[in-house]
Amino acid sequence: MKFIKYLLVGILFGIVMTKSEAVSWFRIQEMFRFESFHMYGIIGTAVILGAILVATIKKVHGHTITGEQIKFNPKAMSIPRYLIGGTIFGLGWAMTGACPGPMFTLLGQGVWSILLVIVSAVIGTFVYGVLRPKLPH
Amino acid sequence: MIELISQPWHWAISGTMIVFVMFLLLWFGGEFGVSSNLRTLCAIGGAGKKYDFFNFNWKDQIWNLVFIAGAIIGGYIAINYLGSPEPVQISQATRTYLQSVGIHVPQTLAEGNGYVPSEIFGHPFSPINLFMLTIGGFLVGFGARYAGGCTSGHAISGLSNLQIPSLIAVIGFFIGGLTMAWLILPNLLTL
Repeated sequence: MKFIKYLLVGILFGIVMTKSEAVSWFRIQEMFRFESFHMYGIIGTAVILGAILVATIKKVHGHTITGEQIKFNPKAMSIPRYLIGGTIFGLGWAMTGACPGPMFTLLGQGVWSILLVIVSAVIGTFVYGVLRPKLPH
Repeated sequence: MIELISQPWHWAISGTMIVFVMFLLLWFGGEFGVSSNLRTLCAIGGAGKKYDFFNFNWKDQIWNLVFIAGAIIGGYIAINYLGSPEPVQISQATRTYLQSVGIHVPQTLAEGNGYVPSEIFGHPFSPINLFMLTIGGFLVGFGARYAGGCTSGHAISGLSNLQIPSLIAVIGFFIGGLTMAWLILPNLLTL
């Protein structure tokens, strides 16, 4: 069944998120207070290696496991949506210490109160969808 | 082997493993971007009937839902079978600051594993905590979709693809994060 592979990568992701401590509320405070290199090391390493990976895939015309060309969709340039949206996201990220990936990982860890955050996040996404036509993009 | 993996991972290992996850997702025909799942959940709930943003074939996104289901399992496995021998080691400066606003950073596993503060997550229904968890979650969900991505989608995937929009998003993440961490949270926590 084609979804098994996604489940396995997801499990790996949950393990990585936990062992990297990127899901730790404490680590996020530390990051935004510039009191440790840890989170910057993780993201920095990921971006550098990720850039090499993406460039390589483009160069060799990499294909997916089912034979399709791996495509990267460039994003339309805009400032308002990315800056305003990003700022709103950042406020929430620092307040809860969790962005979406960590939210689900923490649930698996048994942090039940993260369900409040997840449900609120879904509601937040819903409200965005409702207000979208009226927001600057 | 288990003991080795159970040590807290060096940031270079973590960063590398995240890219490996991104590679696998791309190879499988997907992409690394977790916040779109929030949109999918809304679509499954029927939001697409009334609002355009959610009017898409969510079945195309099942792979991503399976991915985060995996993340839940992965979190479970890591905490229960690959647990570190000591709590998350937070810098002295952060510990001192947090102590000043009433949050204790666990120093022994008996005190906690150091992932989330029990003062907040262990008492989620006390007024300030409830406010932080719900409003905070709301801001993440609203902001991530407004920006079209979160840390995985923009900071990792977007920057790897050298996307200027993602750089702007990440700048936004930091404007928000710094404002919250320095200006708002210290006051909120001492209310």
